Amino acid sequence: MTTVHAPGPPETRTAAGTTPPRLTWRQKLSRWDTRFSPVLYVVPFFVVFGLVGVYPMVYSAYLSFFSWPRFGPTHGPGVGFANYAHVLADPVFHKAFWNTVGIFLLSSVPQVVIATVIAAMLDTPLRGRTWWRMSVLLPFVVAPAATALIFGSLFADQSGLVNEVLRAIGLPGISWHSDRLASWTAIASMVNYRWTGYNTLIILAALQAIPRQLYEAAAIDGARPLQQFFHVTLPSIRPTMLFVIITSTIGGMQIFTEPRLFDTNLQFQGGADYQYQTLTMYVFNASNSGTDPYPRAAAATWIIVVVIVGIAALNYLLTRRLQGRGER
Amino acid sequence: MRKPTIRRGAALGAALALVATMTAACGGDDESNAGQAELGQDDVLTITTFSDFGYDKLIEEWNADPDRPFTVKMTKIADWDPWKQTLTQDLQAGHGLTDVVAVEGDAMPQFLADGASDQFADISDPSLEDRWVDYAYLAGQTADGKQIGYPTDAGPEAFCYRADLFEKAGLPSDRKEVEKIFETWDSYFAAGEKLVAELPDTKWYDASGSIAQAMLNQAEFPFQTADNAVDVENAELEEVWDTVTRYSSTLSPRVVQWKEDWTANFTNDGFATMPCPGWMFSNIKSNAPEVEGWDIVNAFPGGGGNWGGSYLAVPAMSEHQEEAKQLASWLTDKDQELAAFEAAGNYPANIEAQQALADANATDPYFNDAPTAVILADRAAAVEPGHPYEGDKYSDILGLFQTAIQRVDEGTSPDESWATFTQAVESLS
Repeated sequence: MTTVHAPGPPETRTAAGTTPPRLTWRQKLSRWDTRFSPVLYVVPFFVVFGLVGVYPMVYSAYLSFFSWPRFGPTHGPGVGFANYAHVLADPVFHKAFWNTVGIFLLSSVPQVVIATVIAAMLDTPLRGRTWWRMSVLLPFVVAPAATALIFGSLFADQSGLVNEVLRAIGLPGISWHSDRLASWTAIASMVNYRWTGYNTLIILAALQAIPRQLYEAAAIDGARPLQQFFHVTLPSIRPTMLFVIITSTIGGMQIFTEPRLFDTNLQFQGGADYQYQTLTMYVFNASNSGTDPYPRAAAATWIIVVVIVGIAALNYLLTRRLQGRGER
Repeated sequence: MRKPTIRRGAALGAALALVATMTAACGGDDESNAGQAELGQDDVLTITTFSDFGYDKLIEEWNADPDRPFTVKMTKIADWDPWKQTLTQDLQAGHGLTDVVAVEGDAMPQFLADGASDQFADISDPSLEDRWVDYAYLAGQTADGKQIGYPTDAGPEAFCYRADLFEKAGLPSDRKEVEKIFETWDSYFAAGEKLVAELPDTKWYDASGSIAQAMLNQAEFPFQTADNAVDVENAELEEVWDTVTRYSSTLSPRVVQWKEDWTANFTNDGFATMPCPGWMFSNIKSNAPEVEGWDIVNAFPGGGGNWGGSYLAVPAMSEHQEEAKQLASWLTDKDQELAAFEAAGNYPANIEAQQALADANATDPYFNDAPTAVILADRAAAVEPGHPYEGDKYSDILGLFQTAIQRVDEGTSPDESWATFTQAVESLS
């Protein structure tokens, strides 16, 4: 290997026509170093990513076209698109889809709104600021499983604290585990409890990056605090808001721990009538059943991938529109 | 500027080594599964049980024995259903399970089916053939004679009742006198209507699901016919469905077994009776340690019934199958099953242990000194063998059926819930 087609580092390049001088071993090493070491540095990531990321994805796509014998160790004969057809026609999957969307809306929207409001309040010269700021993050430290267990007993249909309080003030108790909307609300409240503080801190960081002169200028122009918030604060933190919205969208589509531990159904169907079974729970249950477990779960996963890609595209379009407006 | 070549070389080498070990770690896993490895005295053999098998003390004793062949470590899972999911998943994946696993009796048929039974080691032992009652022993065996489980206990059902609440409601409360109430399902439900009329805050039984379970255990072919064809539109199942859903709004507290609201009802006089296999005793004691008034009647509506009873099995993926078999055999021997009965109330499937219990005439002070050994022996005699027929999908359909009952408890109309149930059963195939 003496011919080198790719251009080498500038110092070793020679004028055309003259014989290139023999490189010393050290020079060669240094040339290889600049050429190959960047590649080697990124290789570990791609090897690991290939093993735990790409390979399972490709294999799950492959599996989704096969059957699986009950408790068999390997897949059975191919079945074409039957698994996809099964999942798409499954009323449980439809329910799981709308449950996920419902829980997502009930968690993400209030979460972002409340986080923004709290962040705006924390941005004021408050006494004991650090203490307040740290305490909003406290729920985030609680393990999701612990959160779910605590909220599970708070929202127990008959013996739960929430219903006892409701009854004490003369209201009827709510069937948190059987009414669809009520169960979504209960689950969304767990998500909000955990993630609002986290989002608050992110938004707070963005708020503090806003130049104070803008507020001074607004105040001189006669803008009241509320007007300042809508016309100075919100436009300034738009990129951060988008980040928060996108991450909570991803989290919302993947919600699993909370509804799973909230479940009173012994088969973990997300409520006896699948009231709060989410898409990830659907995949999990499919992979645990005795009937075509992995192929059906794989098919469901790929359908969810398509859904998420759709939502991401929607997000992207919205982002562009919003940013376009921001630049005007 | 001199480049620190050596350090770079080292980093490069480290990166390569990392990649090499990662790949090796992922590739080498399969080979190590093939062979069997011997265990030394301090090497650990693992076992997983669910609910309470009453093994805590036994395993402590085993590990304290200086002559033990190996050390045992037990994992306890609170309930069967989540453990069933893990078990199913790990069996299909081919790794992740302990050397010995506990399997609930109702799920045994699906693990005995072709294909599934290959995932378990054959622990047949001709010398043990007469150790357990026949129906329990044979239910752990495949059609071609491969033994995959040793029976730990049987679940002959009696009824537990709150004598104090019976008294308050003007019903007979003496253990002998109440037998009339528990003679047939009709007399049972009639007494229930009387009790709930007297005590508005108390329901008759603990959960619709447990009564459904009790009635199902007396049916012959509730879910599948003898050739394992799924058939849920039959008269027997319809009878269970109609009865349980009819009383859902009057006699049932409409809670799900094992969940918060169910547990809470133990301490707030939420219900007065519950079907009681031996293993339920420890559940009642732990949920209502302060409540006085529990008693056990030596009768069961409609004859008898067996609810549960579990097995110890050895997954084929275990690398210590010989030792695992040894532990499973020890735990299901006479003395150990007796100890488990004492600790958790699990009625032994071991014939000698049953005999010893009957001879000792054990009583339980918590249940008003009820002669538990005699009652369970009588109840075991009342069990009709082969009821219910448990096909390969029994456990799955049972779960869906219980879910359907939960829907009715939560306000869905029985017809609508039934339609969802049949739809879900269809997607099992």
